[in-house]
Amino acid sequence: MLGKLAKKAFPKSLWVYHCNSGACNGCDIEILNVLTPYYDVERFGIKLVASPRHADVMLISGAVTRPTFPLVKKAYDAMPAPKLVFGIGSCATGGGCWFDTYNVTGGADKAIPVNYFIPGCPPRPEAIIYGVALALGLVDKKAAPIELKQIEFPIDIYQRTKAWEERNVIYQLLYD
Amino acid sequence: MWLTSKIKQLFVVAKPGTVTLPYPFEPRPVPENYRGQPYWDHHKCIGCGGCANHCPARTILVRDLCNELRVMMYDGSRCTYCGRCADLCPEKAITMTPQYELATDDKRDINETMELFMLTCQRCGRCFDHEIKNAIDKLAYLGYRYDNLEMRAVIPVSSQTFDKELYEKTKTYKRPEKIGE
Repeated sequence: MLGKLAKKAFPKSLWVYHCNSGACNGCDIEILNVLTPYYDVERFGIKLVASPRHADVMLISGAVTRPTFPLVKKAYDAMPAPKLVFGIGSCATGGGCWFDTYNVTGGADKAIPVNYFIPGCPPRPEAIIYGVALALGLVDKKAAPIELKQIEFPIDIYQRTKAWEERNVIYQLLYD
Repeated sequence: MWLTSKIKQLFVVAKPGTVTLPYPFEPRPVPENYRGQPYWDHHKCIGCGGCANHCPARTILVRDLCNELRVMMYDGSRCTYCGRCADLCPEKAITMTPQYELATDDKRDINETMELFMLTCQRCGRCFDHEIKNAIDKLAYLGYRYDNLEMRAVIPVSSQTFDKELYEKTKTYKRPEKIGE
């Protein structure tokens, strides 16, 4: 649904503002890698701009640290209204190794609303292109939550106590 | 002459041809030994919790629901894909798959939850002592883990989340000019 909305809101091209909020520069180098002719994102009309006032999309990298927290909010507010935010890297997605440190907010989504998360430390340039293509509706989402259970589990522990109570109803009658 | 230089430039550009990858429309293989999304094999896992203890980003959380059931949860949102869990695992239950296309609009899409059946002691018939009600004593009891799966927090680490109210207070904080005022 968001892909359709993105298609409607940005019919021609996305102008991208790159915001480093205390990243280690790994993700920033990968973002610059994406803009090279080898992984040419100008095919999709994506262009890097210097000011958030010109931008449609903010690529935010790094766990938002305490000094950069107000600056990130300001940059987000400066962007014109139909805007998307991409959290790039593990730090922007969930805080990375510093998710509970004293001077880190723990992920970009705790500072500003983030639309798309691209995990990886750093993410491959292909992964970033994949995330952008996902927002544009060119590819399908591949990630899905996984739930595993050991099949040979003999007793259903959740229902065991209930079954015991049902089996021993007779004792309840005796008590009454 | 600008025209000759432009023609020369054309030849220089035409020599290597097209180098741009047709990536999102055609798959691109990863290099060998690439560490992508880790995958847990629940048939091999013995639930020792070694990966949970050694994860640098504390992505793996363990909760013992009862004596027999142990839930292990992998929160992929802050995983740094270092592959330490795969190196540590004594049963080789964790493999680093070459899957890197993990971009989502929901953080919960990259989670993995695993429910394990833990064998009980043959002598006493239980895994862990549940009679210790004191939380501090419980932590000291090796093997028993009760991480906060809802807040994605590992309990033995005593730390606080970022407090915005505290930040508002400290922003306008002024040092007293004289001691005692």
